Amino acid sequence: MAQRIGAISGPTAAGTVVALILAALVAVLSRADWPVVFGPADWAVLRFTVWQATLSALFSVAFAIPVARALARRRFAGRGLLVTLLGAPFILPVIVAVLGLLAVFGRAGWVSQGLGWLGLPPLSIYGLTGVVLAHVFFNMPLATRLILQGWQTIPAEQFRLVGQLGLPPAVVFRTLEWPVLRQVVPGALALVFVICLTSFAVALTLGGGPRATTLELAIYQAFRFDFDLGRAAILSLVQLAVAGGAAVIALWVLPPIVLQTGRDRQVQRWDARGLWPLDTMWIGLAAGFLLLPLGAVVVSGLIGLGQMPASVWSSTWTSAWVATLSAALLIALALSIAAWLAQARWGGAEALTLLGLAASPLMIGTGWFILIYPWAAPVRFALPVTALVNAMIALPFAVRILLPAMRQVFVDYGRLSASLGLHGLALWRIVLLPRIRPQLGFAAGLGAALSVGDLGVVTLFADPEVATLPLQMYRLMGSYQTNAASGAALILLGLALGMFWLCDAWGRRHVAG
Amino acid sequence: MKYLMTTAAMLSASVAWAETSVLKVYTYDSFVSDWGPGPAVEAAFEETCSCDLQLIGAGDGAALLARIKLEGARSEADVVLGLDTNLTAAAKETELFAPHSVAAEFTLPVEWSDDTFAPFDWGYFAFVHNADMDAPANFRELADSDLKIAIQDPRSSTPGLGLLMWVKAAYGDDAPAMWSDLSDNVLTVTKGWSESYGLFLEGEADMVLSYTTSPAYHLIAEEDAGKAAAAFDEGHYMQVEVAGKLANSDQPELADAFLAFMVSDAFQSIIPTTNWMYPAVTPAEGLPEGFDTLITPAKALLLSPEDAAAARDGALAEWRNALAQ
Repeated sequence: MAQRIGAISGPTAAGTVVALILAALVAVLSRADWPVVFGPADWAVLRFTVWQATLSALFSVAFAIPVARALARRRFAGRGLLVTLLGAPFILPVIVAVLGLLAVFGRAGWVSQGLGWLGLPPLSIYGLTGVVLAHVFFNMPLATRLILQGWQTIPAEQFRLVGQLGLPPAVVFRTLEWPVLRQVVPGALALVFVICLTSFAVALTLGGGPRATTLELAIYQAFRFDFDLGRAAILSLVQLAVAGGAAVIALWVLPPIVLQTGRDRQVQRWDARGLWPLDTMWIGLAAGFLLLPLGAVVVSGLIGLGQMPASVWSSTWTSAWVATLSAALLIALALSIAAWLAQARWGGAEALTLLGLAASPLMIGTGWFILIYPWAAPVRFALPVTALVNAMIALPFAVRILLPAMRQVFVDYGRLSASLGLHGLALWRIVLLPRIRPQLGFAAGLGAALSVGDLGVVTLFADPEVATLPLQMYRLMGSYQTNAASGAALILLGLALGMFWLCDAWGRRHVAG
Repeated sequence: MKYLMTTAAMLSASVAWAETSVLKVYTYDSFVSDWGPGPAVEAAFEETCSCDLQLIGAGDGAALLARIKLEGARSEADVVLGLDTNLTAAAKETELFAPHSVAAEFTLPVEWSDDTFAPFDWGYFAFVHNADMDAPANFRELADSDLKIAIQDPRSSTPGLGLLMWVKAAYGDDAPAMWSDLSDNVLTVTKGWSESYGLFLEGEADMVLSYTTSPAYHLIAEEDAGKAAAAFDEGHYMQVEVAGKLANSDQPELADAFLAFMVSDAFQSIIPTTNWMYPAVTPAEGLPEGFDTLITPAKALLLSPEDAAAARDGALAEWRNALAQ
């Protein structure tokens, strides 16, 4: 019997990711002073971190479900653009997104100004509200895309059938939509939870002060303020453990996978014709919530475009190729892991991919720095290391995106392919890749965009001659060049969305054609 | 034949290049940006030394020290430029730094006698506000007002740590009480200076923790006289930025030459309008026009590096407790 595809490369890829994280952790621990104390203040930090991440995940996904549902059953002009823009908040550098949000929801923002005209006091979002609001802004769009993909796995024939039978929406929900939600929602919740777990600057800035101290800030403090590597390693380990715990719970509540088959046809939603006011409201709400802050970013960016130094353009080039390298690494890792998990009966190993997202970038950067330093100048590895770390951060998203589609292909074509003796590269080329092309495009686009926006470890390995675009932007901000920095942020947004759109459009061309 | 000659020419060119000595200076990120002092400093020094000066940005002051600690005795750095006096005690403890040989008439408001670190610029911390606002005259008035301030986290930002030391130097044992009175004025605490200053420019905060020299930037570079720094009668805490030579430098003479250059007019005259700080030795031509409009604090506050290091952890705990209520 032929070897199943991904049977070797999948565990190898997953193992590599885990090994890279563990190596960093061990390197940091090797330089630690003992003993390390985890005191009451640390427990308070842990409680706050988990609580804000839980709320952020719940609100993001609760908002995403009706939006995804509305997007799944409506076709309108600009829908494709809106779906692309859903990827935008996630890739913005923290400070840019925060200033964009505050332009709308801040004390001097548009909403407060409107309230002022009505004689009402300005909005104050600083505190847990602000933290959750910002995290929903970052993650709701992403959750929407993930859930939307789940919706699209429901075969068109089934919607036609419920349309013909004239079933009411409640029944459609129970019979068709609920089983899909049970498949995708726990994964989306776990992802958003883990992202918010490692939040630092957003939580601090919008949380209004030290009561909003997260684990990541404590890790930062241990590295930078106290230079206590043992403490930094222990805190990183706690962060990994909480994220791992969340991932295990999410995968444990996932029901056993039952897939149905249908022909790949354009979905016509006969069942939802009367529900357009509800859908319009949800789409409008989501669009406003996303586009107003983004609009603020674009407006201030346009003003700053003329004041940008030429170095922004060379940084743009640097970021573009780092993102390309990162997306290529990501796809190699994600395809191997997804092919492996798609044929496994229980996908528990998916939890491993979350570790790359849950590991503190500062811990990974410091650990690798300690490892590389005796052998070579870490500066020389600045850009490849950045690309690799970015790929590891994007990996859980890519696997989550690819896995359902891959399972479907194995259910639909697995036996046929086996009887035809297709295996190895031929199976990838003829059967798998053409069928997961939309997911592949989306995953690659997300990986590239994420890499463009990530400041990550590059600061630790900073090369004097080449800077990525986010680093360049922070340097400008640090030199009072606020306008030029806004311009650079707009270029960054354009580059990230451009790369995302290229990949995503490549993937979706297949569906439309 | 032609190929061989080209190869020979390339080889000899690279040998010539390799013979040029390289001086590696680790500094903070905004120093090396296009708008910072880095490019002009590099050009001016390379004119005098026939060497290659490499300025390597590594985060902020605290990140710089962490980087040196990580690299330890095998660091390639010859000079570290950009620590401040809150960090120098910890930096000395590493025993990685060598005494400097800089002799200069420093124009600092305080006496300078450190034998390991030489200052290159300095400034006063201050709350910056729009000029059309009535600013408080001290921390007490600020605490009693409804004004909202954006400050930086002392755990991740050197100005943030400076504010902690400012309140400690001005109020001593009453610092915790002052912080709890200030807590309702603190709009938010950010990771670094850039974020706070951004919030202030967007109109989110009435005042931002920055420097007395910040209004000079707006006046000189943007011809905007609309920003001012509030003069506090308790005195203003200083930030003195310093550089030091690493003991294991493979270019000790060149490092000494760089530190001597650092306090010369050629370097010092670049500082005011690129780093927006006061030069450590006022150059012969004086300060640029516009700096005369800045406030001059009646009293300069500065804890010695040892006192600052000793006070740091206690002051941080007081700050966290007061603001976490």
